[in-house]
Amino acid sequence: MDWQPLILTFKLAIVTTIVLMLIAIPLAYKLAYTNSKLKPVIETLVSMPLVLPPTVLGFYLLMIFSPSSSIGGWLNEYLGIQFLFSFKGLVLASVCYSLPFMVHPIQAGFSKVPSNLIEASYILGKSKLMTLWKVILPNMKRAMITGIVLSFAHTIGEFGVVLMIGGNIPGKTKVASIAIYDEVEALNYGAAHTYSLILFVISFVILLMVYGGNAKNAKQLGKW
Amino acid sequence: MVNILLEKELKGKGGMISLAVDLQIPKGECIALYGVSGVGKTSILKMISGILKPDNGRISVEDKIWLDTQQKINLKPQQRKIGYVFQEYALFPNMSVRENLLYAMPKGALKTEIDPIIDMMELGDLQYQKPEQLSGGQQQRVALGRAVASKPKLLLLDEPLSALDITMRSKLQDYILQIHQEYKLTTILVSHDQNEICRLANKVYIIDEGSISTSGKPEAIFRTSEKPKMRLEGKIIKLKKEHPCHVILEVEGTAIQIPITDTVAQKLKAGELLKFESK
Repeated sequence: MDWQPLILTFKLAIVTTIVLMLIAIPLAYKLAYTNSKLKPVIETLVSMPLVLPPTVLGFYLLMIFSPSSSIGGWLNEYLGIQFLFSFKGLVLASVCYSLPFMVHPIQAGFSKVPSNLIEASYILGKSKLMTLWKVILPNMKRAMITGIVLSFAHTIGEFGVVLMIGGNIPGKTKVASIAIYDEVEALNYGAAHTYSLILFVISFVILLMVYGGNAKNAKQLGKW
Repeated sequence: MVNILLEKELKGKGGMISLAVDLQIPKGECIALYGVSGVGKTSILKMISGILKPDNGRISVEDKIWLDTQQKINLKPQQRKIGYVFQEYALFPNMSVRENLLYAMPKGALKTEIDPIIDMMELGDLQYQKPEQLSGGQQQRVALGRAVASKPKLLLLDEPLSALDITMRSKLQDYILQIHQEYKLTTILVSHDQNEICRLANKVYIIDEGSISTSGKPEAIFRTSEKPKMRLEGKIIKLKKEHPCHVILEVEGTAIQIPITDTVAQKLKAGELLKFESK
């Protein structure tokens, strides 16, 4: 059995989750506290991957980052970055595709932190960044964990979008979901079954952790 | 001296309220804002702390201007040096009692400076516990200690004891008095409790529909407004119109005879309902 697709899948999920945290936390913070008229537009854009077929997203990314496009050409020529059929491209596609899974729980978490805690911190002379770090984020740990776990699990299960932008290059862009498709096409059901079972068990455990944690949290809230 | 002049149109329960207050508080004094719910008392504290922006106003604290809408000066809450005690305590749930107090301290302050406050608020045994493990009274002591730990120029107390029972209130009032005596902090107290105001404040401002309707020494204000009146209401069961006149009323099943003047006697009829009220 070739472990490479599974290793690549988890590498992709880890890198995507880290990148998503860096993007989603500031974005969710802005969305939770802004009154801007642009808020619904940004929320809609963030949520698009939930309803769009992954191939649509993959197709547009393919068009935008193709060396023949102006953006793709510029990136390739001046920065030497090539997104198509590379691990970088997989990360980019996964970040776009899993963005709502990270932003939504964290935005909800920000909204649930009582405003008087934030006001109390400001009145005590603490900056917005300090308040975010010391007061807001520690009081929405559950939402953070939910966002991180769901994005990680969602990235593990990606197929269409990674196939469109990354293709099927063994050791480079061939993730577990694509390997399953390959093995089924080759009528190699044993290998397909092994990959599928591993993904099934891991996804089940991850989701169980989220729901189990949420139930525990709900009980605690009931006590308060 | 603290001078506060604030104006703002606020949405109240019964429509828009034009809030307009003018307060002068001598350094180290405690004043109280008294009034029914929804007249804008908490909004006044939020504007003083910089959380809410007034339409017009000026706030100066010991010659430093915190707000002047004409000169477009509006210091952020972080720059105002305020100790604020919220009605719902607003303690940070992720921090222990000690951490809540340490977080409040200004930059550069020594950690040991917190110990006298912990002692004064009698939080020594509770200092490593989280707020959720404390009773309401204990949480409010932490909130008071935290407000003092920030070394404020102005202490704002927003109905700090309203969620507590009478015994606990009385104890907490002692703590507030102790803080006031120890730190000589200029304080603004919002309260519904007349006894609390009489005990803690030097002066009270009665807020009515967004503006100050009256102000003065709490004892004088509340004694006048709360002077007990005698009211009596009953059905006239017998009326004597000849001098000396009197009326017999039935009040909740009991007959009561009351002397009346001849003029009043001529205006009354048996069977009517009669109301008496002392001036």
